[in-house]
Amino acid sequence: MKAEKQKLTGAEIFFECLREEGVDTIFGYPGGATLQIYEKLYDVDFLEHVLVRHEQGATHAAEGYAKATGKVGVVLVTSGPGATNTVTGIADAYMDSVPIVVFTGQVPTHLIGNDAFQEADIVGITRPITKHNFLVRDINKLAETIRKAFFIASTGRPGPVVVDLPKDVIASSAIFDYPKEVDIRGYKPQYQGHMHQIKKAAEKIKNAKKPLLYVGGGVIMSGGSEELKLLAKEYNLPVTMTLQGLGAFPGNDEQSLGMLGMHGTFHANMAVNNCDLLIALGARFDDRVTGKVDTFAKDAYKIQVDLDPTAIDKNVLVDLPIVGDVKHVIAEIAAELDEKPQLDDWWQQIRSWKEECPLEYDTEHLCTAHVIEKISELTGGNAVIVSDVGQHQMFIAQYYKFNHPRSHLSSGGLGTMGFSVPAAIGAAFGVKDRPIISISGDGGFQMNIQELITAVYYKLPIKFIIVNNSFLGMVRQWQELFHAEKYSFTDLGASNPDFVKIGEALGIPSFSTDKVSEVEDVLNRAFNTNGGPTLIEFKVVMEDMVFPMVPSGAAVSDMIIKRLNPKRMV
Amino acid sequence: MKHTISLLVENRFGAFDRVATMFSGKGFNIQSISIGETEFEEISRMTIVTSGDDKIIEQVVKQLNRLIDTIKVIDLTEHQTIERELALVKVNFQKSNYSEVKDVCDIFRGNVVDINNKTVTLEITGPPAKIDAAINVLLPLGIIEVARSGMVALKRGDQVKVKAINN
Ligand SMILES: Cc1ncc(C[n+]2csc(CCOP(=O)(O)OP(=O)(O)O)c2C)c(N)n1
Repeated sequence: MKAEKQKLTGAEIFFECLREEGVDTIFGYPGGATLQIYEKLYDVDFLEHVLVRHEQGATHAAEGYAKATGKVGVVLVTSGPGATNTVTGIADAYMDSVPIVVFTGQVPTHLIGNDAFQEADIVGITRPITKHNFLVRDINKLAETIRKAFFIASTGRPGPVVVDLPKDVIASSAIFDYPKEVDIRGYKPQYQGHMHQIKKAAEKIKNAKKPLLYVGGGVIMSGGSEELKLLAKEYNLPVTMTLQGLGAFPGNDEQSLGMLGMHGTFHANMAVNNCDLLIALGARFDDRVTGKVDTFAKDAYKIQVDLDPTAIDKNVLVDLPIVGDVKHVIAEIAAELDEKPQLDDWWQQIRSWKEECPLEYDTEHLCTAHVIEKISELTGGNAVIVSDVGQHQMFIAQYYKFNHPRSHLSSGGLGTMGFSVPAAIGAAFGVKDRPIISISGDGGFQMNIQELITAVYYKLPIKFIIVNNSFLGMVRQWQELFHAEKYSFTDLGASNPDFVKIGEALGIPSFSTDKVSEVEDVLNRAFNTNGGPTLIEFKVVMEDMVFPMVPSGAAVSDMIIKRLNPKRMV
Repeated sequence: MKHTISLLVENRFGAFDRVATMFSGKGFNIQSISIGETEFEEISRMTIVTSGDDKIIEQVVKQLNRLIDTIKVIDLTEHQTIERELALVKVNFQKSNYSEVKDVCDIFRGNVVDINNKTVTLEITGPPAKIDAAINVLLPLGIIEVARSGMVALKRGDQVKVKAINN
């Protein structure tokens, strides 16, 4: 005889769904609209709820967790201000295609639209910045909706999904039935690449004299790093990566040209400009990469592989589009190839560009580049580096040699200052076997500084590094180069707090130095301090700049190589 | 160039808003939009008239397809279609101009749907160009107000059957 299923409350169903989805961590902050859920949470033992200090921190933490593990990051916040505080993190996840599910409390359904206390139309607010969102009006649809939310967030091109949960729905009861299959008739991601096109791509690679792989975050998301390595190594192809693509291919491999684009290496950008075949893998021709679109790889035959049809032909028209899962398509292209092509001349040319204009920095004074290079050496390229936004972010991209995918967490699309500290916390919950290093500027560090408290409370072994140049450095750089040296509101020097004292007030072992000679020692001391977070401030030179630089909207040929001769053309 | 896009979407809370938000967020233009149920109550059909070069239209179609609630997108511009719009046109009523108003109405195969001693309201249906023409002719007779439904359109002959895609 079939046992009668018992009814569960909305809060119970909520947690049963999370159990079914294998959720082990949620980042949240309670409030009036989520009280029933928090009451139930008291008895839940299969997951850890991480109490953040601000809901923006919760969304970035979920992003950090998702980017570092590939699993869906989960957020739980209350209605109104709790929900609106998540908006920046949701927009960030949307721009960088990060799978997160954000549960927001909502006022009871009969009060929706009444300007009730702590009501905000979060579904309306987040519509343009989510992959999809739901307002659950019927308790009988709760389980199905949560199932769909996780499915949509994690499949196809991943992205954030918001599920709005009115208080009365959560308080009511229904039979719990978790759907095994999800079938959304309007949503069928296409994973299989078109074989005819794949064969054609392989043909092009065989015949190319100057091929180049242009690798984006899509390779990492699809889990295609091994396939990429195989393709690049077997056929001796040069690899350049976008900011989000770093880690997809080992940075210390001699076939890696490093990052391309605005602050990419000279040789990567020259290679793009001169290649005869450009193979874009999970990359979207972002304006920070292409600069002036008309001149971007203008003589190259362009192949673009992407899971998302809208990414194709959006910014740059390509000759051969392949819609499909990047990992599989790479493997299928490789399977069509046979002999190593003869690319000696091309490699010779690339090497001479590299010699002509290597990355270099002032070694006499303490520069961010030196700090990053030391961190890269000391961690052997094996750490998870969580960057903030600004000059230091570009120095990380240039000088840290990432060995593994999912090791470089950075807010690329939205460029959200304040990302690093909370995202590192999220990463620390997902990754236990590698060091987690958060690196921020003195500006961005203050944007979510409250989350240090979360790191202390959970004893997370994160190294919080602040490169303090006393300026909003990246904006200062633009002011120097393009805005008549009017350093309007970018000088933080006088108003910056004593970061070491802040760390100490929170019980964090904290270090500071402004000497090149001490960098290694301070890093070692911090890395060898266990039992919780440590904080290290590097007081770097104030007026450093990131070069090379292709000014916004300019052609690669307008690249600025160094400061002494800012107008130099190449 | 002008394009007519026929869109089948889930008849669900927020589906229309999502389409409108996408158009405004991406900076695509909408000349007219109409929405109504289909023969299946859980599916709505939206008919959107938009314009742009091939690259833009390609993006419009892809972005519409990307929305989770979208079931099918058809760019009708590539097909033989039937296009209709309905307009209600309220004009000044005077004894002296009534026969002229009536003539115009007949020529455009419209109907008089309301009349009183001040105004007469005509109902005119047809392709948007026909409505433009009717309004143009009525203008000198004193138009008070106009309401247009926006265009609806279907492919001629072998229509896309909702059943077939309703897996
Ligand atoms: C939330 C937010 N506000 C403003 C900006 C604009 N912005 C980009 S870089 C930058 C300066 C960052 O300064 P800092 O954190 O000190 O890092 P640095 O560039 O000096 O390495 C600013 C203000 C931003 N990206 N994000």
